[in-house]
Amino acid sequence: MSSAPPEIEIRIRARNGWLWLDWRGLIDYRDLLVLLVRRDFVARYKQTILGPAWAMVTPVVTAVVFGFVFGRVLGVATDGIPPSLFYLCGLLGWNYFNQTLNATSNTLRGNYGLFSKVYFPRLVVPLALAVSNLAAAGVQLFTFTAMFVFTVLKNPEFAARPGWGALLLPLLFLHLGLLALGSGLLLSAVTAKYRDFQQVAPFFLNLLLYVTPVIYPISQIPERWRWLAAVNPVAPVIEAFRATLLGTSGVQPGAYALSVAVTLVVLVVGVGFYQRLARDFIDYA
Amino acid sequence: MSRPIIEISGLSKRYALGEFGFSSFREETEKWVRRLSGRTPETTPETAPAEREFWALRDVSFSIQPGEVVGIIGRNGAGKSTLLKILSRITEPTSGEAVLRGRVASLLEVGTGFHPELSGRDNVFLNGAILGMKRPEIAAKLDEIIAFAEIERFIDTPVKRYSSGMYVKLAFAVAAHLEPEILIIDEVLAVGDAQFQRKCIGRMQEIARGHGRTVLFVSHAMTTIRRLCQRCVVLEGGRLRGIYPAEEAIEHYNRDAGASDLDVDTDGLPRAWGSTGEEARLVRIRAGDGRGLFFGEPLKVEFTVRVRSTIDAGMIGIAFNTVEGSRVMTLDSDADGRTLRLHPGLHTVTLSLPALPLSPGRYYCHAAIGQGRHMCDIVDNFALWEVHPGGRNDWESDRAFGGCRLRATVDHHPASA
Repeated sequence: MSSAPPEIEIRIRARNGWLWLDWRGLIDYRDLLVLLVRRDFVARYKQTILGPAWAMVTPVVTAVVFGFVFGRVLGVATDGIPPSLFYLCGLLGWNYFNQTLNATSNTLRGNYGLFSKVYFPRLVVPLALAVSNLAAAGVQLFTFTAMFVFTVLKNPEFAARPGWGALLLPLLFLHLGLLALGSGLLLSAVTAKYRDFQQVAPFFLNLLLYVTPVIYPISQIPERWRWLAAVNPVAPVIEAFRATLLGTSGVQPGAYALSVAVTLVVLVVGVGFYQRLARDFIDYA
Repeated sequence: MSRPIIEISGLSKRYALGEFGFSSFREETEKWVRRLSGRTPETTPETAPAEREFWALRDVSFSIQPGEVVGIIGRNGAGKSTLLKILSRITEPTSGEAVLRGRVASLLEVGTGFHPELSGRDNVFLNGAILGMKRPEIAAKLDEIIAFAEIERFIDTPVKRYSSGMYVKLAFAVAAHLEPEILIIDEVLAVGDAQFQRKCIGRMQEIARGHGRTVLFVSHAMTTIRRLCQRCVVLEGGRLRGIYPAEEAIEHYNRDAGASDLDVDTDGLPRAWGSTGEEARLVRIRAGDGRGLFFGEPLKVEFTVRVRSTIDAGMIGIAFNTVEGSRVMTLDSDADGRTLRLHPGLHTVTLSLPALPLSPGRYYCHAAIGQGRHMCDIVDNFALWEVHPGGRNDWESDRAFGGCRLRATVDHHPASA
């Protein structure tokens, strides 16, 4: 016999715990993670004329429309930042959060064909989505940088400069990624059983955009409603994007700490529910 | 004897019947509320558990030694797929335990995770990774896989441009080069043309015999079981009937095979690989006039088809296999070149023969509806139909020569000396 005596032992039985994670499996399947990221990326841009440039076009167009509607028509102040930069900066974090949540909230249903035929740690798929969306965020960051340089060259008096805090940017993306992943997985788990919740993610995200300081600075919220922004875990992170990249001063440390706490709770609950459902959802999906 | 590589003890799987919807959502919410408020649940008569559940697998135990090639056989609904799904870790058992000592790869389908936009090469890597191979392993075997699939020229073409034959060949090639200690295979062997099928079976034999790997193999094709397996697990109604040497197991299987009803609801049956039944679905297949099938008497098979999107050049066919797995007769609606045009809706199509030529015996029936080369729906083994000896004056079928006995035109002239 050519095969070495196997040291692996797989025990299959009904589990009761909610937070059982196949850590070893996740490490074993890291190549799959990389390949899935690549697949997501290729599949999204294959046979498109603009390719990854789409990640550049949509936020720019959105920023222009926002600038017109909210800046010109409604006259929303942007803390002294040129509107295009202001919106691009807000969208940088928001789009990543939005896309990751949307994509991961369909993980179980969307991969039924795959999950009903082969086992691999189910977390690989949503993790790959969270990572592959970073590519679009990278392109967007590049767009923002270009716009920033352009603004500075055109208007030398424009004083905002990213500080050393900009180095924290990866952490901010990580924060949003984990929050989106947690909520996406939670939704994915509920949707696997009750299809009603399929309508929830886009709807919820639409509403959330309005209560998140993407199109307005947190300073525009009347004092007595400001707690709302503090409760919304996305808000402090979006403000932090602007603070690090444009040197604004909207971040309240208390609100940020609360956001981190909420993120961790959502993540644990989301992963728990997801893992629980992933164990046998193909029986009734 | 060494330590078993697969040890299964008391494995059971219960399925809840019925739709998940508002009622179950309400029940679950109530359950939570009750649990939180500390009250014990009261069972109401209308939610009596027994009627709403179904045991697909009940208390199954057996063990397998390293290097064995074991077949799993049983009728539709015997629990084969459920057992496979549990051992492949796609779903969890309700109770009991299975211990697998080694790396496992399961092939319940070929080409799982293939992405149409990616090239053949990229899909080999992706599919290999999904099946549990590491990148260097795949890279090392890439040339071998491509050669096996016979598609060297197209390896950098997106697989959406592949013919269905090329697609399954590539998919099988990846699967055939897995090197786990335990390989779990559902009837995926029947892919590609006849020549490629032989190559597939040859490769399976090689894997099973030459590499000392443990293989679990589910099939309805007794010829393949006979060729590949030493022992067989026989399942019946979710329970283990026994584990026997292959020949004995096949005998059990054939002996127990009670003939099916001639009116079969095929809507809920599992579908064969490559067909979804999305565009058109065979929902019911009926034969005879309620009396049974008789050799030499007229045969009428009526198919009820639910069509979702218009089928232009459609065909419906039925095939009869002996219990050993040889196909002895097929009836296709387009045998004379005429195709069917089916609009969305429910249709019945009838195929008739003036005289049923199958010699008396039992036949596994397979049916399909397709459009050109594309198969919309395939139901394998939807029934085991019995052909009885013909009517009162049937003395010819007693001779039982071969699978089919047709009436030839006879011309007789005395030979001139």
